[in-house]
Amino acid sequence: MAYIDYYKILGVNKNATDDEIKKAYRKLARKHHPDLNPNDKEAHIKFQQINEANEVLSDPEKRKKYDAYGENWKQAEQYEQARQQHQYGGAGSGGQYREFSEGFGDEHFSDFFESLFGSRGGRRAESSQVKFRGQDYNAELHLSLRDAYNTHQHTLDVEGRKVRITVPAGIENGQVIKLKGHGGAGVNGGPNGDIYITFVIADDPKFKRAGNDLFTTENIDLYTAVLGGDVTIETLSGKVNLKVKPETQQGTKVRLKGKGFPVYKKEGEFGDLIVTYNVNLPTNLTERERELFKQLKDLQNK
Amino acid sequence: MHGIDHAFITSLSEEGLISITVENDDEYIEEEQLPDLEIYTRWHHDMGINTEGIDAIRHLVHRLRNLQTELNSLRARLTIYEEGLK
Repeated sequence: MAYIDYYKILGVNKNATDDEIKKAYRKLARKHHPDLNPNDKEAHIKFQQINEANEVLSDPEKRKKYDAYGENWKQAEQYEQARQQHQYGGAGSGGQYREFSEGFGDEHFSDFFESLFGSRGGRRAESSQVKFRGQDYNAELHLSLRDAYNTHQHTLDVEGRKVRITVPAGIENGQVIKLKGHGGAGVNGGPNGDIYITFVIADDPKFKRAGNDLFTTENIDLYTAVLGGDVTIETLSGKVNLKVKPETQQGTKVRLKGKGFPVYKKEGEFGDLIVTYNVNLPTNLTERERELFKQLKDLQNK
Repeated sequence: MHGIDHAFITSLSEEGLISITVENDDEYIEEEQLPDLEIYTRWHHDMGINTEGIDAIRHLVHRLRNLQTELNSLRARLTIYEEGLK
């Protein structure tokens, strides 16, 4: 575990005043705040570091302890014991009430911070009997394209609780669903927080999706392309027989109505499947085959 | 409640960002509005943004999210054409 230079993170010197720290923090927060950088994990991590630095440097007690023991954090325990002997016992027993301005779904402090200040950082407790809305949680749910094709049940593990959700068919990559009241418990009868689930749908090797339409490529041999014939292709709802027209060109597209992706929350409605034919030319020709192709060529040249 | 400055809530209400219900001279904020109020308060406290700035940012974030959704769907569409180039 490494020492973290909170002054460096905020870009202030060690003698910075409270006002300078506040100003530096706010300036950085305006750039990296997760609310202004949605879906940007890097900004989120950066903001957590800034937030942690501010948590320490804006609190005179924490700043004093950090200045004295930051680089020798292992001795901080002893400092803490010595400090408590001078204090009226039991005050500020730790934050059951989180501070409002820090209401992020997944707030984390570094191991360094926790070893120096404890897991909740010895937050100031607010007056009791105040109602608080519970914390909102953010989660990602990874699905395959085939999972997203059918309405299905999914069980999430939220802080040790099992939450069962129904994922409607046709959910989009990046779509967010809110589960009202399933987040952190409210305090003193305040309402529960919510869960925001972002769906991440992995690419499928066979089918590409654009909205409700699916795209796939089907290989056919030269003879089927030239003379026409039957091919069996795979769709997400089963196999389908297709008639290939004679003289089908490379790259020809065929639209199969209703064989695409289900439309979100519109039961029975589907997009289309667009099949692109890729004509495979024969290789490793025998003498006889080569001769026949030559005859064809000669016919063309007449 | 929440330790939020009363004047700040009033100015959000005046700007039309949240609505306050008055009943028997008591002012209430509907539960559905709490998440928005929390977000605006974070912007105010963490970043020192005033009410007018919050209104502007609210619109920009909304547009940013819409653009991200559009970008996602364009990316998905692009992979179809990239497939054809292989």
